[in-house]
Amino acid sequence: MEALVASAIGVLTACGVYLILRLRVFAAILGISLLSYAVNVFLFSTGRLATGAAPILDKYAENPVYTDPLPQALVLTAIVISFGMTAVLVMFTLGAYLEAGHDRIDMDEVEPDIDDPITEGIALDMSAEPAEDRT
Amino acid sequence: MIEHWIIAPVALPAIIAPLIGFVMRHDITVARAFSVAGNILLVAIAAGLVGLAGNGDVYVYRLGDWPAPFGIVLVLDRLSATMVLLTTVLALIVLMHAIASGWDKRGRHFHALWQFQLMGICGAFLTGDAFNLFVFFEVLLIASYGLMVHSGGRVRMQAGLQYLVMNLAGSTLFLIALGTLYATTGTLNIADLSLKVQQMNPDDAALLRVAAVLLLLVFAIKAAIVPVHFWLPATYANAPAPVAALFAIMTKVGAYAIIRIHTIVFGPGTPATEGLISSVLFPAALITIAVGAIGVLGARRLMSLLAYSVIGSMGTLMLAISVFEPHAMTAALYYIIHSTFAAAALFIIADLVVSRRGNDILRPQPKTLQNGLFAALFFGGAIAMAGMPPLSGFLGKLLILDALRGPWMAAAWIAVLVGSLITILGFARAGSTLFWKCEQVTPEEGTEPIDSTPPPPEASFIEWAPAGLAILALAALTIFAGPAVRYAEGGATELFNPASYIGAVLDPEAKTKVFGKDKKDDSHAKPAKDHGEDH
Repeated sequence: MEALVASAIGVLTACGVYLILRLRVFAAILGISLLSYAVNVFLFSTGRLATGAAPILDKYAENPVYTDPLPQALVLTAIVISFGMTAVLVMFTLGAYLEAGHDRIDMDEVEPDIDDPITEGIALDMSAEPAEDRT
Repeated sequence: MIEHWIIAPVALPAIIAPLIGFVMRHDITVARAFSVAGNILLVAIAAGLVGLAGNGDVYVYRLGDWPAPFGIVLVLDRLSATMVLLTTVLALIVLMHAIASGWDKRGRHFHALWQFQLMGICGAFLTGDAFNLFVFFEVLLIASYGLMVHSGGRVRMQAGLQYLVMNLAGSTLFLIALGTLYATTGTLNIADLSLKVQQMNPDDAALLRVAAVLLLLVFAIKAAIVPVHFWLPATYANAPAPVAALFAIMTKVGAYAIIRIHTIVFGPGTPATEGLISSVLFPAALITIAVGAIGVLGARRLMSLLAYSVIGSMGTLMLAISVFEPHAMTAALYYIIHSTFAAAALFIIADLVVSRRGNDILRPQPKTLQNGLFAALFFGGAIAMAGMPPLSGFLGKLLILDALRGPWMAAAWIAVLVGSLITILGFARAGSTLFWKCEQVTPEEGTEPIDSTPPPPEASFIEWAPAGLAILALAALTIFAGPAVRYAEGGATELFNPASYIGAVLDPEAKTKVFGKDKKDDSHAKPAKDHGEDH
């Protein structure tokens, strides 16, 4: 049981890290999702693994096993947050893809070309259309 | 009754933000009025909290009135009160700039996101529970994602995506650290953690050390310490300028979390983690100073120059924190206040200049209107950031150098002094390129990037006042350095004698009993006020 859970966490984490390092947005979304699954299972296991036990301490039971309820609450919070964050990530991804025309995460040009005065890579968007026109 | 004010810095923005987002979404004037009014109210509340915590009491707010290790607590001591006041004052100054410069109407929901951001930051400073700290981190991060890409644009969306992915990975790491911590100690309340960690046998504490270092790594991502600083230059240089100015406090959230967790929980004298954190953090801080200074010297854009100067100042700050010693911590707390205002002032001034030049590339260009005024403001911000007299950066660095006597003195002094020198060179180069060399450039070249649009009008008083206000805050911090350092000293003393913090949080009788009468507590303990309206 422990070996199964531990290796599942390990495999999920490894796949997640690998996918994020691909630096492509779709891979990164999958990677972040896998990482959050891994961390959810990990949080779940921090209260020790007990099968078939209720999260209530029963002093009348013959064999008083119980499972720690706190990690379950933590996992629930973490699931909700990672769910929301994944939604934000998808929206960002779409926005960046539509703006840039490609799906790479690395920036194509941070440093501006000094000789080219066109507003490429500037910090402030002073170019033709103001943002509010597009909304 | 008075404890209820502790939750006000979290509750007030949490109420105002949805109101602005849903009710006032089509009327920017009303949204501005509410946002500013809410922010002024927050400053007043924060000032009250600073006064409340001023005499060394630790106040605890128990959410739902659950006793401490089981329920979530908010804790007000001198450190958290200072940070909340710093956040709210900074936010007010930057908000004025955002409104005066019109940044807030270049996209949707600026003010709602702004209030959520304040809620998250204030909550992170006030909470006394490690998992709750994670939740407030997520609140402030999700608001910052929205603010980061405010008004959009290709480069900004790409930088925002990087920032988002980096922080999502960081959040995952935070959860793993918290899980490890819970697995080893069985609690996540900071005061309770402190007790449990102190009792732990060093031979069984391998997992605990893993948790301590993982937490350090997570907070270092937020604080932009080498080797996890790479997100900062692209983010700060491409964020809208008011947002970059507000983000000056975001790196300090990371620094605050290191101060809070790694002095109270894994503080000096903890057998399980003795010397571990310093041995990691100190060299990282030295390299951070070097990276910041070299970045300032090598930057080709004004915004990335400022971003690297923020990294350098975080390195200096971390150097003071990393020795975990009361005097250095006093200096660090003073330097936190200073570097926040200095970074914000520079970003605001840069926005004034860049919006008139049309770009932020460091090269000679025809001079803008009010060149002298901007030059003066930039000069003020630059000497503050570089640590030259007479502004508070000098006093802050002096305090840090003075506190860093010991085996680490040679390395620390060389790093801070050489780093400051290189930063001065970088700022001098940038300032002379921007404000002096423009005198030699004739405006008739016809190749300016903004020749399609009419040149922006002169900055009115209301537009450059926030920048002046930030510089004035630095001047006030210099003039009132005595009281500020005494307050910081009190905060540092509390951090290194966590008995009053732990006692105030964990004593279930604390809300009905005066601590001073309790035999087992020392004189620092908290005289908790009765609040009889409960039950």
